[in-house]
Amino acid sequence: MDKAIIQLNNITKKFDGEIVLNDINLSVKENEFVTLLGPSGCGKTTTLRIIGGFEIPDEGEVYFDGQLINDLPPFKRQLNTVFQKYALFPHLNVFENIAFGLRIKKMDEGTITKKVEKMLGLFNLKNYGKRRIDQLSGGQQQRIAIARALVNEPKVLLLDEPLGALDLKLRKEMQHELKAMQQQLGITFIYVTHDQEEALTMSDTIVVMNDGIIQQMGTPIDIYNEPENAFVADFIGESNILDGIMHDDYLVEFLGKKFQCLDAGFGRGEEVDVVIRPEDLDLTPAGEGKLEGVVKSVIFKGVHYEMDIEANGYEFLVHSTDMAAVGTSVGLTLTADDIHIMVKGE
Amino acid sequence: MKNRTKYFAYPYIIWIIIFIALPAFLVLLYSITTKESDGITTIQFTLENFKNFFNPLYLNILWDSIYLAAVSTIICLLIGYPAAFIISNAHLSRRNTLLFLCILPMWMNMLLRTYAWMTILGNNGILNNLFSLLGLPTFNLLYTKGATVMGMVYNFLPFMILPIYTALSKMDRGLLEAADDLGADKKTVFIKVILPLSMPGVISGIIMVFMPAVSTFIIPQLLGGNKNMMIGNLVERLFIINGDWNFGSAISIVMMLIILLSMSIMNKFDIDKEGGARLW
Amino acid sequence: MVKKYLSKIYMAIIFIFLYAPIVVLAVFSFNESRSRGNWTGFTLKWYVELFYDRDIRLAFYYTISIAIISAIISTIIGTFAAIGINSMKGKTKSLILNVNYLPVLNPDIVTGISLMILYISFNMDFGFNTMLLSHIVFNIPYVILSILPKLKQLDVHITEAAMDLGATPMYALRKVIIPEIKPGIVTGFLMAFTLSIDDFIISYFTKGEGVTNLSIIIYSMARRGVRPTINALSTIMLTVVLILMILINKRTSAERVSKFKRKEVKE
Repeated sequence: MDKAIIQLNNITKKFDGEIVLNDINLSVKENEFVTLLGPSGCGKTTTLRIIGGFEIPDEGEVYFDGQLINDLPPFKRQLNTVFQKYALFPHLNVFENIAFGLRIKKMDEGTITKKVEKMLGLFNLKNYGKRRIDQLSGGQQQRIAIARALVNEPKVLLLDEPLGALDLKLRKEMQHELKAMQQQLGITFIYVTHDQEEALTMSDTIVVMNDGIIQQMGTPIDIYNEPENAFVADFIGESNILDGIMHDDYLVEFLGKKFQCLDAGFGRGEEVDVVIRPEDLDLTPAGEGKLEGVVKSVIFKGVHYEMDIEANGYEFLVHSTDMAAVGTSVGLTLTADDIHIMVKGE
Repeated sequence: MKNRTKYFAYPYIIWIIIFIALPAFLVLLYSITTKESDGITTIQFTLENFKNFFNPLYLNILWDSIYLAAVSTIICLLIGYPAAFIISNAHLSRRNTLLFLCILPMWMNMLLRTYAWMTILGNNGILNNLFSLLGLPTFNLLYTKGATVMGMVYNFLPFMILPIYTALSKMDRGLLEAADDLGADKKTVFIKVILPLSMPGVISGIIMVFMPAVSTFIIPQLLGGNKNMMIGNLVERLFIINGDWNFGSAISIVMMLIILLSMSIMNKFDIDKEGGARLW
Repeated sequence: MVKKYLSKIYMAIIFIFLYAPIVVLAVFSFNESRSRGNWTGFTLKWYVELFYDRDIRLAFYYTISIAIISAIISTIIGTFAAIGINSMKGKTKSLILNVNYLPVLNPDIVTGISLMILYISFNMDFGFNTMLLSHIVFNIPYVILSILPKLKQLDVHITEAAMDLGATPMYALRKVIIPEIKPGIVTGFLMAFTLSIDDFIISYFTKGEGVTNLSIIIYSMARRGVRPTINALSTIMLTVVLILMILINKRTSAERVSKFKRKEVKE
């Protein structure tokens, strides 16, 4: 079970002399749901396209099931892709789109019909076989794109922002559907998205990328709770990032005050980034907090209030179920485990 | 606003009644009346003009026109498709230059370009001079059906390349990657995806070449000589030389029908996408 | 790699085919003798003679003036007609569009003879007017067809927005609609101009005494052997077209570059 099905070693890729992937190392296990997460231009799609065979890396090796596949063209690779804009064939109907890969393998008509019908059933598209692609909604097209890939029974399915074009509600539904399907079929998914919430919901492993470099790799819980640097902290959820100085192990100073924290191993007097999640800050009556500030704005968000509170010259983002009116003075408290210390980014 | 701007079209409606509908009606009227009809009082209806057309002499000309136009169209397709394909795959910076080079000759007067071929193909022309210089026998190239076909291919080839190029360049590159991803090699990608998706371009190319080819009278006149008449020459002769407007109108109507018929056949191909795709 | 060379060779053959006659014309415009096939020596005399050939000068004048006048008139009529047609609905609209399509679909020769019959039926004198009128007739449909797509792209609410801001319908038309569809109007005008300059068949059937255009002159001379002056004229015309096209191309690509740069700065 723990065998690596996809292995990337020291992958580097340049476009017109510009480095888009810089020494990427990545190992994907069988039946794993891996998400490549990052802002646009971070290299996540290029990584996926290298695995799919649409780009050839300038340096490094791509292994599939232990075999080097650097020079294998896409049509010989045992993996399939769900494309960003689906790339469904407009001249073929739904049935023929799904059957495309099977016909190339020259399967007999009976098997093809059986397999396609099964897929149509699986995706709740039973009577849609004869429909033309442009007669379908975005959600239906999306499911056909996945069905067209899955019917070939690939060992690995690559998905390039497959839910990007759908509206919020449909996207949420599809997230659960996809996750359920992945578990049911036991196929490895490599999923590319820029939506951190999507990544947190669906993945076994998240790979956060920026500027062609892997910033952090880990379970959603690890990534959220223990971001390794300020970029990850900021990209995964909202954060307050402050400049701080480590005075000693477990003792950090920021905004002119000293705080207990749980981090050790930094040099004395080392400048660090201090990350505090907005939901970790608690409101107190004025004069009772570790920091004292004034409420600048309040937005009601349904479950909580989102407030900007200026304290000691820094404007904190605070999520709280308590509300303080704009202009009132409040205190802010936080405990040692609310403070995350990170090596200063460049 | 919408309702008011509608009136902008009204002058043009009067215009098309006078200059498009009325002339078409007059041609139709001439085709079904006798030469003796003179004014409204003595008008005589007849189908004689159409019956006359079923004379082997004229039917041969009709057949020749359709045959030569069809051959030219097929040659244009065979030459033009690979050219359009190559252009659409060329590097972006070079694509526009290639297209520009395809269109540029059309900016030159068509008669002049056709005349230039007379210079090349003539008995004392460049090609034959070249042959005799090399000690080869000379050929009678000009005033043949082959010369007519070549002239049509030459004049109408860009009309084939352009729509096919447009169809090919509009094609989503993602589709080709998708086919690749699903296991299709280059040949299969071409046959199963590129070719069927470029069919609309192929069809408009066929229409855009066949229509002017079947009705042309300059090209057969200049390159085909007197022996190789096409239906366009017949119409011209009947109107300008013989002054037989009734028969000429009847043949014009036949020509319009051929065009409309071939258009509707072609359009059917285009709409019947699923059947067409199965064919491939 | 081999494929790359094959496609290069293929395109080279195509371009040789397309340009051979043009090169031949240009080369023979400098040929000493009148002969069509033999090169007898370099001369510029056909270019000089061009300026003294009254027929050709006259035909050139008619060709250009008819092209300019017919392109202007058909662009004006066509623009208004397109705006009108665009705001029509249902059967009338499709009927008008279909009739409008007729001169585009019809073989030129049929359009030519039908107009000839029309003019004779109305006892009109054949000449400059009939030729001009015919050119306007077959130009307008092309103008309309190049403007209609632009009108369709137009946001339905754009005139409403203009009027909401206090514009009268006429003001909205002048300041909003026309500028928005300008690319279509320009294309239509250029198309009309080109079609008119290149037309032979329709002019051939609607020409009159003493009024011809270059195409007709070439046609009437082609069978007797073209005067090399025509070669000279066409070489000049082609050079002018070539220079114009290159200038336009350069300008648009320069514009694109500067636009791109501006965008970059903004970001």
